[in-house]
Amino acid sequence: MGQAQAATELQSLEARVAAARQRLDEHVREMVHWHFSPETGCPFWLERAAGLGFDPRVEIAGYGDLRKLGYFQDGWLRGGPVRRWLPKAYENEPVYVFETGGSTGVPKCRINVRDFEIDYEQFSLSLSEKGFPKGSDWLMLGPTGPRRLRLAVEHLAQTRGGICFFVDLDPRWVNVLLRQGKHQEMEAYKSHVIDQALKILRVHEGIRCLFTTPKLLEALCEKISLTKIGISGIFCGGTEMDAQFHRFAREELVPGVDFVPTYGNTLMGLALNKPFDRDDDYAITYYPAHPRALIELVDPEDTERTVGYGETGQVMLTTLTKELFMPRFLERDEAERAEPIEVYPWDGVRDLRLLKSLEESVTVGVY
Amino acid sequence: MIHIPILRWGEAYYSLKRSALRDIRTGEPVAEMSLANGGLIGRDLGQVAECQRRLAAVGCEELVEICGRAAEVFVEGELPLGEGVQSPQEYIAQLSATTGMPQSLCRRNSEKIRLALSEMGGVLDGLTRGISLSVLDAGWGTQEGRTLSYLRQADALGAVLPNNSPGVHSLWLPAIPLKVPLALKPGSEEPWTPYRIAQAFISAGCPPEAFGFYPCDYGAATQILLRCERSMVFGGEATVGPWRADPRIEIHGPGRSKILFGADSVDEWEEHLEVMAASVAENGGRSCINASGVWVPSRGREIAEGLARRLAQIEPRALDDANAELAAFSKPELAHRLSELIDRQLKTPGAEDLTAKVRGTARVAEIGGCTFLRPTVIWCEDPQHPLANAEYLFPFVSVVEVGQRQVLEAIGPTLVATAITEDELFIEELLACTSVDRLNLGPMQTNRISRDQPHEGNLFEFLYRQRAFATIPMRA
Repeated sequence: MGQAQAATELQSLEARVAAARQRLDEHVREMVHWHFSPETGCPFWLERAAGLGFDPRVEIAGYGDLRKLGYFQDGWLRGGPVRRWLPKAYENEPVYVFETGGSTGVPKCRINVRDFEIDYEQFSLSLSEKGFPKGSDWLMLGPTGPRRLRLAVEHLAQTRGGICFFVDLDPRWVNVLLRQGKHQEMEAYKSHVIDQALKILRVHEGIRCLFTTPKLLEALCEKISLTKIGISGIFCGGTEMDAQFHRFAREELVPGVDFVPTYGNTLMGLALNKPFDRDDDYAITYYPAHPRALIELVDPEDTERTVGYGETGQVMLTTLTKELFMPRFLERDEAERAEPIEVYPWDGVRDLRLLKSLEESVTVGVY
Repeated sequence: MIHIPILRWGEAYYSLKRSALRDIRTGEPVAEMSLANGGLIGRDLGQVAECQRRLAAVGCEELVEICGRAAEVFVEGELPLGEGVQSPQEYIAQLSATTGMPQSLCRRNSEKIRLALSEMGGVLDGLTRGISLSVLDAGWGTQEGRTLSYLRQADALGAVLPNNSPGVHSLWLPAIPLKVPLALKPGSEEPWTPYRIAQAFISAGCPPEAFGFYPCDYGAATQILLRCERSMVFGGEATVGPWRADPRIEIHGPGRSKILFGADSVDEWEEHLEVMAASVAENGGRSCINASGVWVPSRGREIAEGLARRLAQIEPRALDDANAELAAFSKPELAHRLSELIDRQLKTPGAEDLTAKVRGTARVAEIGGCTFLRPTVIWCEDPQHPLANAEYLFPFVSVVEVGQRQVLEAIGPTLVATAITEDELFIEELLACTSVDRLNLGPMQTNRISRDQPHEGNLFEFLYRQRAFATIPMRA
């Protein structure tokens, strides 16, 4: 690559980063206006605005100004009334409620109208036709119940003209078994889940695409060759995934299959992995669905300080959709801050994992 | 930087997930170690039958000879370590640096492993009660006019191993000449010894496929315990508890080993002071076979004071001091927490720390960048006291006074009991006592074990089951 070309590309990336930043600030203003206006906003933020001493619609001009609202508190989403989160604009719409994993006490819940559909329609655009052919059917082998994944994967399949099969998995029961040291019972439950998946895969030949979690993928691959049975694309997520698992999956579990790691949660939506590059040592680097969601990495000791590129920080999520305004929520995860890239010209997070200080108190199970 | 890889049936695999092994004195990294993900272990264990066939193709007698060669090369040889080699001196220095065990004790433990390997023929003789090893080669045989057949119960022996003392690794060594490959999960600070043993075996001619070596977190280690038809697991109650009801798994939990005095012998306790002191403090007091209790029918306080005076002479020294007897804690905060726990337990009436008075110094000591706990002797009037049956990772002992008639009901599970008595009735009761695993009659140290005797179960009986078998010629 010539120096001039490299400079052009660099400028191009810089320009993209600047444009993304500008779009983010515009989006912040639009969302703040929506959530703090009585005709569209939800009771929670409208009540809160009354005590702020300023009008966020005037004072918040961009992402940086969100700090004026402080931090979104973990307890706000735990317990009711859930309708305080429903924007007035959606009061006549059918509303879903989704819950987080529930591995740390009472689960957090959020309302949802179309967010999950929008997120997964966008995600669908990133999937390859070869790995995830349109019109092919899906198997969703992962946490169902009150989680948004259950409906989201089905919507993804439908968006791509497919039909989605399901196997139920209750991750909270798995966590109970793990906490109680009932390893054999957990294995029995895992076998029960995997046996159901095998039955579906063996009799429904049109299934080409799979959603599953890392541990269930390992368990499934012990019983069957997914390539031989015709799986061409795997969308994998639901729990933390490290570079070693990524490599193991590509090299040994499902070589040749289009393997797409993702990070997502009920609160933020879906973050996409950096396109696979063999020279990248299988690093897992996620980029959130900007500007609808952002991940900022902050110093856990001084959460006002954003860490530098390559440094480790605590995940601070911000969700900015018409359905949920969740500014600056400190998550239980940590990661290294990753540079923007051409396809995702905003900050990413590398090697996402549980916060070190929490490692002992949280159980992350098969799911 | 030294990198200790995973061994996937003898083949090195360098993981993208690694942990650092640090010198406990400086915090500087000594090496990094590849960590296996659970799926990788599960996948390998799915292929173990073929590895077992490779190992079984070698005759038992030849495998015993391999053990003999491995013994020498383990202690004397340069052996592969990742992409480099490791000399015996480097092994001792690295082991000491990351575990806190003084080099002098590391050498002694290394000798234990040499001995277990070089005397493997005798070890197997003891474990099998003298069965000809050709019976295992052929699957059956005739000995002293009887037809014998033994059925192997597992394609691999899993082992979730501890950090506390390298000598413990001698327990799983007989699996190899018994033709059972190993799936080893080393302790997080002590991969050195199992890795070096595997390399010693391979360099002595053992099929490399006999060794799976999987450093990993506890979650991934459960794959070994779930998938191997026979496993051993070492650790505290929290680690071993969930597996207690599983007959496929041999539990090596807290030992709570004890010395018991009969009423007939307690007056001569001073003659046995050295046996008591060595039982408590040898090997840094780190083994499950170290005594953590001395139970006596009378003169308890006097014995406790005598033992306190003796053990208070043991002082922490630098890890490379030839006279060092105490092991440092790899995590200093653990030493402080443990000492605080003992102090809190002492607030319950009925127990007193007698070493504190004799020594006049704090229990926690910091020397040469290392944190130690000095030997501690507790005088316990009440056998129900929380310290009466406690076991900690340093020379710690409670002297408990309880009548001879009640003692066997009170001691609870005891890995090794040394009974100092000639009272025949008491000996009869001791022989019938199900709380005691290994019984020593007479003034023997609790930590003296012979390799031809079972330790927390007989490995041969664990790995093989005698089956009914008959054969007649196809044609007359």
